[in-house]
Amino acid sequence: MIALLLRDLRLAVRAGGGFGLGLAFFLIVVVLVPFGVGPETELLSRIAPGILWVASLLAALLSLDRIFALDYEDGSLALLATSPLPLEGAALMKALAHWITTGLPLTIAAPALGFLLSLAPDAYLYLLISLLIGTPALSMIGTFGAALTVGLRRGGLLLSLLVLPLYVPTLIFGAEAVRRGADGLDPTGALILLGGITAGTFALMPFATAATLRINLR
Amino acid sequence: MSMWEYANPKLFMGWTRPVLPWLFWSAGLCLAVGLVWGFFFTPNDFRQGSTVKIIYLHVPSALMAINAWLMMLVASIIWVVRRHHVSALAARAAAPIGVVMTLIALFTGGIWGQPMWGTYWAWDPRLTSFLILFLFYLGYIALWEAIENPDTAADLTSVLCMVGSIFAILSRYAVLFWNQGLHQGATLSLDKEENISDVFWFPLLVCIAGFVLLFIALVLMRTRTEIRARRMRALQARAARA
Amino acid sequence: MLTVQNLTCARGGMPVLSDVGFTVEAGQALVLRGPNGIGKTTLLRTLAGLQPTIEGEVDYPEDQGAYASHADGVKAALTVLENLQFWADVYGQSDVAADVLPGGTAGQPPAAPPGGGFTPTRGRGLPSVLDAFDLDDLRNRMGGTLSAGQRRRLGLARLAVIGRKVLFLDEPTVSLDRASVSLFTDWLKAHLAARGIAVIATHIDLGLDAPELDLTPFKAAPDMGGGADEAFL
Repeated sequence: MIALLLRDLRLAVRAGGGFGLGLAFFLIVVVLVPFGVGPETELLSRIAPGILWVASLLAALLSLDRIFALDYEDGSLALLATSPLPLEGAALMKALAHWITTGLPLTIAAPALGFLLSLAPDAYLYLLISLLIGTPALSMIGTFGAALTVGLRRGGLLLSLLVLPLYVPTLIFGAEAVRRGADGLDPTGALILLGGITAGTFALMPFATAATLRINLR
Repeated sequence: MSMWEYANPKLFMGWTRPVLPWLFWSAGLCLAVGLVWGFFFTPNDFRQGSTVKIIYLHVPSALMAINAWLMMLVASIIWVVRRHHVSALAARAAAPIGVVMTLIALFTGGIWGQPMWGTYWAWDPRLTSFLILFLFYLGYIALWEAIENPDTAADLTSVLCMVGSIFAILSRYAVLFWNQGLHQGATLSLDKEENISDVFWFPLLVCIAGFVLLFIALVLMRTRTEIRARRMRALQARAARA
Repeated sequence: MLTVQNLTCARGGMPVLSDVGFTVEAGQALVLRGPNGIGKTTLLRTLAGLQPTIEGEVDYPEDQGAYASHADGVKAALTVLENLQFWADVYGQSDVAADVLPGGTAGQPPAAPPGGGFTPTRGRGLPSVLDAFDLDDLRNRMGGTLSAGQRRRLGLARLAVIGRKVLFLDEPTVSLDRASVSLFTDWLKAHLAARGIAVIATHIDLGLDAPELDLTPFKAAPDMGGGADEAFL
């Protein structure tokens, strides 16, 4: 299984912009927001948690359709399906690879972008923690969505339509955690619920993803 | 004959044909009686005036919006377990009806809310949950449309429906958390747990019955259409192979 | 040993072949023949487990099957060596990645059986595979820069590395020149000599002394039942 993870990481790096693209998109979205809502610091500071979380969501969405599509097209997905590696494990590794190349860089870069949006000082820590806990769920749910649309040409938009509603709980709890931290309230409740969703996602989605892949490989 | 026999497409077409007109007529009757009774023969509410009467549309449609999804979930599970084609097609048929019900619920919810909140839309937990449900429906329908092979489409949409149901429930609670946190105490409640006195309750029941009958009738009718379309496809495929 | 009984297989919901049956003993190959579209690919995919059967049974030692399709599964952004190493790792054969010389040397994995280089349940060491498929001087070339024939050789080399006994091969010699075809058949003969099994769909004569199975008589009748559409007709 680790072999698959390492292979995908290697491919992502060599594909040019593996790590950088999602990050660049994240930056662009965050930079665009003040142009949209005005530069008033008070306002920006209030909406910063939400903006950062929504931008993370969108950046995670970007590279989702590539998760399985490349393997599907060159036949390696069928070969993986007939290999000793269980498809559930493959799905998990794919999600992990996606997280390492997208979610993790986002999480690390977020505080810097929070600074651009005048995020309240108390919130930085919770921004980091919430993204750290929440972005893996985004990758795992996204992997499921990618499996659903793997055979489709231009399944990217459909993928977004399918996956974004599934992101809502994670988004709500993640952004709420940061907001509470910013207001000086206790965000633990939100963080625990966020963690619960992520854990549940990792328990359930690999099986759903594997079943979906098998259907699409028929 | 066991109940599953009725799920055979040909038999399904057979027994639904005579049943459909009855269903439509009873639905029409219930709706007519319920709505007229509710709108014209009940007193205006002390607090909310006459706009409260919109609940005769809002409550049944909201109920059906959720029940349509539940029906799709059950039908999806039946497809996955027993591979009854009629089940899969019924789920597909129910989705657009569910969408319309959701839209009616959202729209009438706004009309109800306007005099109270001064706005047609507010991000209150209930309305927001219906908005999310609307998005789930859209995704489900879009997936059906996108996949060429009918059986593959049935399989994939079934998985989506099952996974989506879990997330829909999660979203419901997340939205409660999300709104409660911001509007402590000022819940703009469209709750039907409010004390509805009997004089409102009976016409409401009739309307709900009407919507249920209408839903069943529409689903059966659309399923028949789906079966016909599928049969045409099968005949064309057979002709192409011969 | 591979046994197939009363197999009806389908693709896209349509029955393609019906009532297929055959047995392949260890050390034997079976060549599938038939016109394009008859269902050779579908049959191989069903045997490999990618398609469910409509009816019938397929029986071979568990976890011993491997499939090679039209598509090579070669990653353009990985080198030849990395491609092979990946599959070796996935199939748990990485401990034979070290050099395995005929006769074996001290400190090496268990000595290779005489006259060969490998047993079907253990892959060949990567260097000897690269050599056998004439990929050695290409070992550090990116998959994307290979010619069609070289890619195909790499795809076939994967089979040598993974060490599986029962192989399902779909037109393995497409894009290969004569020299490469004989490299492949040499390896295949060694695989069979080591009690491996191969079911091969091909249009050419591989020079194997193997029975052939023409699939034309097994073509499913157009109005045959069992398809997804049956309930609607």
